[in-house]
Amino acid sequence: MHTLRANITQTLKGFRARKSRTFLTMLGIIIGVAGVIIIVSLGAGAQQLIVGQVSKFGSNIIAVSPGKSNENGPPASVLGVRITTLTMHDVQALKDTGSVPHATYFAPLVRGSATVIAGRESVDTQFSATSGEYPFVQNVPLSEGRFFSIDEGATGAQVAVLGSDVRTALFGTGEALGKIIKVTRTDGTQTTSVLLHVIGVAAAQGTVFFQNQDDQIYMPILVGQRQLLGINYLEFLRVKVDDITYIDQTISDMENVLRREHNIRNAPEGDDFSVRSTAELIKVLSGITDGLRMFLGVMASVALVVGGIGIMNIMLVTVTERTREIGLRKAIGATGERIRNQFLLESILLTVTGGIVGILFGVIVSFLITIGVRYAGYDWAFIISPTAVGLALGVSIATGVVFGLYPAIKASKLNPIEALRKE
Amino acid sequence: MNLIQLTDIKKVYHNEGIDTPVLFDINISVEVGEFIAIMGPSGSGKSTLMHILGFLDRSTDGKYFFDGIDTTTFTDNELAVIRNRRIGFVFQSFNLLPRTTVLENVALPLLYDDSVKDTKTPAENALIAVGLQHRMGYMSNQISGGQKQRVAIARALVNNPAVIFADEPTGNLDSKSGATVMHILQTLNDTGKTIILVTHDRVVAEHAKRIIFVRDGRIESDELVPTQRRAQNIVTED
Repeated sequence: MHTLRANITQTLKGFRARKSRTFLTMLGIIIGVAGVIIIVSLGAGAQQLIVGQVSKFGSNIIAVSPGKSNENGPPASVLGVRITTLTMHDVQALKDTGSVPHATYFAPLVRGSATVIAGRESVDTQFSATSGEYPFVQNVPLSEGRFFSIDEGATGAQVAVLGSDVRTALFGTGEALGKIIKVTRTDGTQTTSVLLHVIGVAAAQGTVFFQNQDDQIYMPILVGQRQLLGINYLEFLRVKVDDITYIDQTISDMENVLRREHNIRNAPEGDDFSVRSTAELIKVLSGITDGLRMFLGVMASVALVVGGIGIMNIMLVTVTERTREIGLRKAIGATGERIRNQFLLESILLTVTGGIVGILFGVIVSFLITIGVRYAGYDWAFIISPTAVGLALGVSIATGVVFGLYPAIKASKLNPIEALRKE
Repeated sequence: MNLIQLTDIKKVYHNEGIDTPVLFDINISVEVGEFIAIMGPSGSGKSTLMHILGFLDRSTDGKYFFDGIDTTTFTDNELAVIRNRRIGFVFQSFNLLPRTTVLENVALPLLYDDSVKDTKTPAENALIAVGLQHRMGYMSNQISGGQKQRVAIARALVNNPAVIFADEPTGNLDSKSGATVMHILQTLNDTGKTIILVTHDRVVAEHAKRIIFVRDGRIESDELVPTQRRAQNIVTED
């Protein structure tokens, strides 16, 4: 044991005596380990952000998107493709037939951007056109007035509910309820406008699914579809299920109705829609981010291998430089095994020290990124996984062993006479 | 009591298919407590002979009995153990570890002996024996050449070896420091330690009690020194 302790102190003294060289030798490991820590941390943060955003919908929500999508990929609408197969007619069919008994509320949705004018103030914002059932599907806390009723939503009443940011931009601290706003949408050269009564203001909510809920206005679906966008299809439809245990049943009920409505005979291949629960969506998104994380993690570990080669290189130089020392140690009774272990210990100390510095560096950078992202307004968690830290340390030790072994064996095989003779 | 018995030792170096014989039929017998100088011009084979005697190298042929045991078939690890427990080396160029204290340098051989629990006390005693107890905490590069060689002698002494091999121990020293080193070696021999010195310098060799002269790989003469030179401890710098 005293040999080991003496070897460690001796090695650390050597490191201290050659600070810059030791640091440069470790740099590859430091960067590699820091890279792995940062990527794993950011990956976990991003994943939690995405899952958190999606979870805000609630777990008993089913989303219907137009267009088919396979189990593991994102729905086509996410990729920006407009598909026109889902309509209010489908919503009516889902409601009417009684074949989807556990679906309680339906929130069809189309969205767009528009300029909203009130008096002399104007603001560019988003509009969400939906049904009066929307607040039952997704909570919209109101600070003033009310949301539009189911009847108003169905008949296309000329009313609007403002997000808190829009309200502030248009009316400041003044009265908003009862005021008339002009909503104008410009599509190329075509301009469409509607006049709407402000009947409510939503309380500040932050972002849900990466959309700022406060920088938008809500209006009845028909107003958005017909009067502003001039379309008759839906972007998607969210449905609330009365009890979470009926999610799967409701999904298949809805699929059956939609297939009947759309005359689809070769289901599921011929489906022109996709029905998914929030839980499934989280699974899909987690799958994507998991894959991304793993890929980036592998890329970062390439740096570790390069760092290991750097260590091997320097260890070979060290063995050459210390040939006389090796010769002396052998002359006074060190076996080849002892010499090998001494140099192996040295390379492991190099990589482990580098690994620890890399972990600290990675944690600090991850933390700074967390502060930055939070400053940008996202609910980003600072996550350092103990597994990643443990793995990084383990890989550091393994790198030291793997890349230190060859120089160490080389040292152990030196002939003491020749080693002592060397100048 | 017989310590070393070399019988018909031969050494041939094989290099790129060419055999170079270095030692021919060497026969030497060393008793406990002797002080022998191996002399010879460079290239005579005296260093090779010392390497074989010190278990740093193996003979090509012949038998080597150490303390009555035939060591010819010993493995590398067994030879390492003999070097560690029974042999002490002093080299021309000191070979102290840099960035390491005098005491740690002296204790170094004990680190390779797992049966030794306390490395400090024997190292301190060895330093007292060479008169350097007041330099224990110094770094090996903070002391003079003569002191370095004395530290090296202390290191050779720390495991209480059966024999100390000194390869040109005064070669890198001024005459005063050299005299001190020789004085220490003679003092050690006076207390019964067997010492084998390798040198090309007759004056240095005459500090021993017996001179073996090697030329062209053979022992040319093996004689007792009529009147041994006694070295004075001249250096009193500390």
